[in-house]
Amino acid sequence: MRRVAIIGTGHSQFCFNSPKTSVELLSEVAMDAIQEASLTPKDIQAVNVGNVLGDFEEGQGMIQSFFANDIGCFNVAASRFEGACASGSMAVRDAVMWVASGYYDIMLVGGVEKCTAMGTPLATRTFSMFGDAHYEFPAGFLFPAVFALLAHLYASRYGIPLEVLKDQMAAVSVQSHEYAMKNPNAQLHKLITKEDVLNSFTVSTPIQLHDACPFSDGAAAVVIASAEVAKKLTSKPVYFAGIGQASSGKLSSQSKYLPRIYARELACQQSYGMAGLTPQDMDLCELHDCFSIAALIAAEGLGFFEFGTSGSAWLRGETRLGGKIPINISGGLKAKGHPIGATGVSQVVEVTRQLRGDMVEQGRQVEGAKNGIIDTLGGDGVLVSMILTNQ
Amino acid sequence: MDYRLTFQEYNKALKKDRLLGLKCNDCGKITCPPMMVCGECASTNHEVVTLCGKGKIVTFTTCNIAAEGRENENPYTIVMVELDEGPWIMGNLVSMDPKKVDMKVIGKPVTVGHRVYPGDKYSSQPMARPAFCIIE
Repeated sequence: MRRVAIIGTGHSQFCFNSPKTSVELLSEVAMDAIQEASLTPKDIQAVNVGNVLGDFEEGQGMIQSFFANDIGCFNVAASRFEGACASGSMAVRDAVMWVASGYYDIMLVGGVEKCTAMGTPLATRTFSMFGDAHYEFPAGFLFPAVFALLAHLYASRYGIPLEVLKDQMAAVSVQSHEYAMKNPNAQLHKLITKEDVLNSFTVSTPIQLHDACPFSDGAAAVVIASAEVAKKLTSKPVYFAGIGQASSGKLSSQSKYLPRIYARELACQQSYGMAGLTPQDMDLCELHDCFSIAALIAAEGLGFFEFGTSGSAWLRGETRLGGKIPINISGGLKAKGHPIGATGVSQVVEVTRQLRGDMVEQGRQVEGAKNGIIDTLGGDGVLVSMILTNQ
Repeated sequence: MDYRLTFQEYNKALKKDRLLGLKCNDCGKITCPPMMVCGECASTNHEVVTLCGKGKIVTFTTCNIAAEGRENENPYTIVMVELDEGPWIMGNLVSMDPKKVDMKVIGKPVTVGHRVYPGDKYSSQPMARPAFCIIE
């Protein structure tokens, strides 16, 4: 397979109540990515799009074709990916395979979502569609509840008093808000304290409002190309070193491994294996912190900390800039925002810009970063892992 | 290949407080909720069995939010129960005030009954859900 590089990036402001349509949001970031790659839309051979709930948000299905047409990628193959919150990462991984195979040389991948257009009650209903509709939704299945179940299980399995775990979870949110202050595209520009977290509304015990990411609108895009093409167009290509994807069934069917997410561990083993790298080789990580407990579980599954210990690592600052493994220096889903179809692409944009050294002005550059890993979780059952490198 | 135990049949039995599962004739493991194959070894050589309907709570949460149209259920407690036969299933804990449910319920023995979620415009049909009571 050929080496594949990222040669252009685009990222919108993540926000509540965007006045733009999904096609507009996505088209703007796509044109930014195409321009950054020194290309025009006519150079794009195929388009992949992550978009989850456009049907409910705007009554717009099949957005990929309308989007491709809108930006002048007339009549190219355009595909939509739906894997709940991992849709954008699925779209990227798939495009990498198309270019690696030699079938295409240049592809555009975007992700877009307007979650807040649904309003909270409908958004809560539609997000729950990514659990099992027949065997688990009847009991009131919601994603805050899933991670709340996992939080209590985590405390129970690892023998951590709930009050201690709550402090650790709060540390995740506090750190994410702090870094989001330095990210102009972040949705939540507000410092919070541990007390703010612990005094916020209890969504689903023990998850409180500030343990949870917001509903978000936003878009992100990347242009990817074969290494050969990339060398002609950019002096700072960032390469896909490894990719992985795995699936799992309804939450109860994962009982043997919970609170660990087995599919995540499979996905990242694939990407580490393909890259010939280990967790110790990673200089930064963007992981799927839809809830604070999700960040703790993810950091362990990716191999950065022993199981049951990542919360104390957050409290010790090991996940900060200059720490053992800087995690979610973008602000994460928690504070950067989580427009679900865009999230995976946003993570790729973030790590790419870090590996190009673009974050110095924003005051959140991981100095000397060579390798970064991306982790995205969709619903009960799509896990994607990607490792990027500038080497 | 036909399903050995469809949702419709599982649902109908649960509405009579009978919890059905699948027993694998190859590896002996029980699968519940039902699937096309054995959840352990992926064999299709399995048969429908009635489970004892007892288990213990492995984790829980009390929700203060609900999906659109289900707000009147707040607050409600979701539990994951490890059945005596091995598998985990998701249901509600209905024998306690949701506001009083805490870490102490983990490990408590429970017995299954049911409640019916009538469904909404996105649902295919009314669906039974396991409703658990703690065995004192």
